[in-house]
Amino acid sequence: MTRRLQSNVMALPRYGWLLPPQFPFMATDDGRVGKLRMIKAEPQNRSADDLRRSAQMAAAQAGDQAAYEALLRECVSLIKIFAGGQGVLPDHIDDVVQDVLLTIHRARHTYDPARSFTGWLRIIAERRSIDLLRRVGRQRAREIHSQLAFESYADESADPTRSARDAAASSRVHAALATLPERQREAVQVLVLQDQSLADAAIVTRRSKGALKVNLHRGLKALRGMFAEQD
Amino acid sequence: MTSTSHDQLIRGLSAELKPVGRLHRPGSRAAVWLAVVAAIAAGLAAFADVDVLWQRLAAAPDLWLAVIGSTLTAIFAAFAAFELSLPDTSRVWAALPLPAAILWIAASGVGCLRTWLAPQTHVATLGEARDCLVFIVALSVPLSALLFVMLRRAYPLYLGLTAAIAGLAVAAAAATLLNFFHPYDAAATDLAVHAVAVAIVIAVCSALTGKIFGRHSRPADVTADRLGAN
Repeated sequence: MTRRLQSNVMALPRYGWLLPPQFPFMATDDGRVGKLRMIKAEPQNRSADDLRRSAQMAAAQAGDQAAYEALLRECVSLIKIFAGGQGVLPDHIDDVVQDVLLTIHRARHTYDPARSFTGWLRIIAERRSIDLLRRVGRQRAREIHSQLAFESYADESADPTRSARDAAASSRVHAALATLPERQREAVQVLVLQDQSLADAAIVTRRSKGALKVNLHRGLKALRGMFAEQD
Repeated sequence: MTSTSHDQLIRGLSAELKPVGRLHRPGSRAAVWLAVVAAIAAGLAAFADVDVLWQRLAAAPDLWLAVIGSTLTAIFAAFAAFELSLPDTSRVWAALPLPAAILWIAASGVGCLRTWLAPQTHVATLGEARDCLVFIVALSVPLSALLFVMLRRAYPLYLGLTAAIAGLAVAAAAATLLNFFHPYDAAATDLAVHAVAVAIVIAVCSALTGKIFGRHSRPADVTADRLGAN
């Protein structure tokens, strides 16, 4: 209920100028006052840290990569605090961190430097935390922990020959990969071996999704041909 | 997953950073869309018989209230949709158009009693009511296309809610503009058709949420483990 009230108070963040000048709640750098969250984040009420983060985000909007990287690194610890405050368990905190970092990146053009960056980050982190808690809750509702089934399930890794077979297969794949052109090899590595999504692979490799798709298709076709000949 | 994966993601995001144009305030963007609606209204008024419209509205105060209600619904829903399109806005904004929508529905509902109160009234036949449906749905297509193009520039986290409120804005605007070519008194059949048309527009907008905001829709169950594998 408290959370709902807080989010209600956030309903009019951009219309704080409608409030009388003596409005009793004054915001801290993260937009909170006691249990109530401020609906207005005027520059004079913001901490030096928050102003610096706002300036970094404004620079990032203009394309300053160094400022952006420094800001994102600072955000990691803040996001962990905000997610922890929402009740996200430690083993899921890193999921929220990555989720929020991507959201910041995709929504960076919506940030208005006249407002508190920390408050903006807090709301996004809390929303993403709630998204994750819902996902985890749904997953737990569908799945059960079956101790007996777990204990009676044969452990494939207990096979003493398995590691030797895996190593042989791995070296065979890597040897075949080494013969591919660099772009095809990179596409197979990030999309298949590392199981990254196309969008993420495009970010990591700095290549377009289309180019990655073409290189993956060609790389897999060449690999199939090689293994067919060997077999 | 470790801090290494965070580092890798941060480096990747920083490396692909490009300058972005800052989004205008939601109020300004809503005003632009409403200005387009107003321009369409002015264009339609040039072809419509405005004198007949005034006479019809003057004779039935409930129709005035319905027009005011639908107009305010369109305005408030547009403002709410643009607010909801930001990632840090409260869902409470979705309630903004509700009072106007209640006025619109309530004033329109009085029309259900019209055939009983005023038997001489000209009630739309089913065929004429079908024209209303076609008008509302057809006019909603360009209005919603423009609205969603503008909304896509932002980054809503409540996708379904944003699309539904945007659909309400479009449907209310189309229903308001329909008055220029609506020489019938609102009666039960007519209102039912209007309700169906509005429901169709909102439902289609909600159903197309994934297409409209597709690039944002994945709540990043994402890269963490995958990047961590590197």
